[in-house]
Amino acid sequence: MPSHDVMPNMELYQPVQVEDALAIADRLADRGWLVGGGQDTYGWLKDRAKDADALIDLSAIESLRGVRETADGIEIGALTTITEVATNSVIQDKFSLLSQAAGVVASPQIRNVGTLGGNVSQDVRCWYYRRGLSCYRAGGNLCYADTPQGMNRDHSLFEASRCVAASPSDTAPALVALDAAMVIRSVNGERTLAAEDYFVGPANDILSTTALREGEILTAVKIPNTWANASFYFEKVADRNVWDFSLVNIAAAFKVSGGVVEDSRIVCGAVQCTPRRVTNVENAIRGQAKNTATAESVAEMATDGARALAHNGFKIPLMQNLVKRAISA
Amino acid sequence: MNSKLTRRRFIKGVIFSGAAATTGTGIYLAANAQSGQSTAERLITLNVNGRERRVDVLPTETLANTLRYKLNMTGTKIGCNRGECGACTVLIDGVPNYACSVLTQNIKDKEVVSIEGVKEADGTLHAVQQAFIAENAPQCGFCTPGQVMSAVALLNNNPRPTKLEAAAAMSGNLCRCGAYEHYLNGVMRASGQLA
Repeated sequence: MPSHDVMPNMELYQPVQVEDALAIADRLADRGWLVGGGQDTYGWLKDRAKDADALIDLSAIESLRGVRETADGIEIGALTTITEVATNSVIQDKFSLLSQAAGVVASPQIRNVGTLGGNVSQDVRCWYYRRGLSCYRAGGNLCYADTPQGMNRDHSLFEASRCVAASPSDTAPALVALDAAMVIRSVNGERTLAAEDYFVGPANDILSTTALREGEILTAVKIPNTWANASFYFEKVADRNVWDFSLVNIAAAFKVSGGVVEDSRIVCGAVQCTPRRVTNVENAIRGQAKNTATAESVAEMATDGARALAHNGFKIPLMQNLVKRAISA
Repeated sequence: MNSKLTRRRFIKGVIFSGAAATTGTGIYLAANAQSGQSTAERLITLNVNGRERRVDVLPTETLANTLRYKLNMTGTKIGCNRGECGACTVLIDGVPNYACSVLTQNIKDKEVVSIEGVKEADGTLHAVQQAFIAENAPQCGFCTPGQVMSAVALLNNNPRPTKLEAAAAMSGNLCRCGAYEHYLNGVMRASGQLA
């Protein structure tokens, strides 16, 4: 299999108005490829593992950038860079969970150009899939990772269906924990999806990890005030401190009153194809003291239903420990 | 550069007035407005190290390719060519970026500073370069241009960083020789915190 590292020659559209971008996306359909910061895209194209006729570069559309305060929360343009998300004072003030998550994405240079929309829409990192092999996710009929010799220590514990790739995003679990909503536009109008429904597992659609359809563009992420200034916990565990994708990450929000958990959101990334809400733990700790004893008593529940592959069994105690830390903190 | 800002505003102005005058789609950039459905123009002006350069750039060409093979500025190194090593780091509007993972067509109205642009006009090395020499920071030297660019960007924003801040700012640049500590000492020396 040849290895490439130069970009293929393609057409490039650089609309400056979202309406123009939508029209081009609609016209090109599956032959157009939306690009934000391009940090996921260029790898696919240089490897010749995927292709398209034209890139639709969204980065010049100023209206898709920036953080705005709204009546009931904030709205973050999909083209806002990860660095801006990590350092924005409003996000740091009210939703530091998201700032923390954004602050540990990839490397400084990638955060400077990578966008929030791209971070939540990036494709999975399974190396067999990204090498261009004809696996289930690529439209084929086998999985190279879930085999006796397959290298699968980064892959899923839950909800695998033919494909066992895991969600690579660090900001996605934070957005699910904050009950964020994704604003999606097409030439036919606008729709809004809960973050939880934006991410799609292989049982529902094996070819795409998001609910975005041809001709649609993720334009903004809305975060309601529901969890503003809640008690937050974020942690990312990876082999390296920089660049690396999470082995497991956790984003949690707790509403605590008098030391007792009134409500919570506990979401883990990199354990299944979508961010995984640990709802059984959320339910179990409601009304309980937020302390180490409670954490110890519920940690094991977090991995109920986990099915380890040959090399990712370590993710089970890792995930339990992260849930424990989140509740103890 | 003021001329660049003006150009951007000019383009926007053309687009807004164009949008008002047309019913359909296809108003992209000023140069494309007439043809409507066309894509990026190839002959563009870049601002590199304070100089305007006219370059013929393919639609999907990366900045690292343009710098090295069109402008003959080979100081910017291509290591992995996929955003995983940092050797190609340049400053775009003062912010460190991987030149291998940015399309040249995307920086038409921005200012690029590459390693060739950090020394003074009279050839005096930048404080970061002098400090790296004093600390014997480069070993094989391949990652050094990228390390210099990240350090310059850091010190422009934060003239007296702590060592931890410096390590965080330099964390997007790999050194396969493992001379990280020497580079960090270089950054501290350049910031005047190491005699």
